[in-house]
Amino acid sequence: MVTIQFLPYSEIDQLTSIGRIRKLLNLTKENKIVVLQGRLKKEEEAELIKTTMEEINREFKGIELSVIYPEEYNNATGSLFSKMRDGMVNSLLGDRAGITVLGPASIVKAIKKDPHKLNMLTIEAESRKRKKKR
Amino acid sequence: MIKLLQKFLNKFVRNLFKKKKHIKLGLYGPPNGGKTTLANRICQDWLGEDMGTASSIAHETREIQIKEQVNIKSKGKELSFNLVDTPGIATKIDYEEFIKQGIKEKEAKKRAKEATKGVIDSIKWLDDMDAVIVVLDATLDPYSQVNITIIGNLAARDIPVLIAANKVDLKKASIKKIESAFPQYEVVGISAKYGKNLDEFYEMLFKISG
Repeated sequence: MVTIQFLPYSEIDQLTSIGRIRKLLNLTKENKIVVLQGRLKKEEEAELIKTTMEEINREFKGIELSVIYPEEYNNATGSLFSKMRDGMVNSLLGDRAGITVLGPASIVKAIKKDPHKLNMLTIEAESRKRKKKR
Repeated sequence: MIKLLQKFLNKFVRNLFKKKKHIKLGLYGPPNGGKTTLANRICQDWLGEDMGTASSIAHETREIQIKEQVNIKSKGKELSFNLVDTPGIATKIDYEEFIKQGIKEKEAKKRAKEATKGVIDSIKWLDDMDAVIVVLDATLDPYSQVNITIIGNLAARDIPVLIAANKVDLKKASIKKIESAFPQYEVVGISAKYGKNLDEFYEMLFKISG
């Protein structure tokens, strides 16, 4: 069974960068797939990767991560008006705009982005059991 | 306000480097994109020697490699740089993947541990770069979060970026996909392995390095 936890931005809004990364990583290490409203700052994304690497061990193999940036979608498809409108919305919402999805690499095989949608490929429970037995 | 000041300082420092025409040029990207193959190509072209060992198994480069004083010339211009080849950045590393590639368990575990340290070092070194070539495998999906995070972090640090869409000798390669994923950046299609389109690559290098 896979647990998906939705995290509203208000849950991380008041946290420091380290606090945000800690929260996301802790949830991932509990074998949860996290759907975060909004996104981390670019520097925080890099820090998240760095911290993940520091914590890799026998049980924890790392994470799969993907972020949908609304401006990305509009850059590809939107009209000038919609780009301007979304630019304004983005500047008002800041990091609340977009969606971040992350999960443990032991469960999430890959997250593919096209960039209009995210496809999450999970590792089947059976193959996870087999790995554990080993 | 602080961000503006930071940008100004970054530009100021970069301008100092520009005057010296000697910069620290980093090769960044996910594992197996061809960073070391490109580093070797550049070093062979201008120094007549290799820089490191390239392999089809991911995370072959697990330590930062530096080749000092690489001088390149094109159309009467000259550029001198220290070339920094970095380990591939990844969000997951599983030693069992190395075992599948034929590496023994003990060596696979060692390789995985070194690879995690390599990723950490690559991220730490981001701040030290004056310009960066992001080497992407043009046969793969460019929308991977690692690519986006690397390029986003370089932009946040105001570091000039050239995207090398590598492996264009392969049928599946698509420069267009990379261009549409990162429309605000210069993209040059190359084959580091066969030396294809390297002249245009060097010209672009002059362009981004000022």
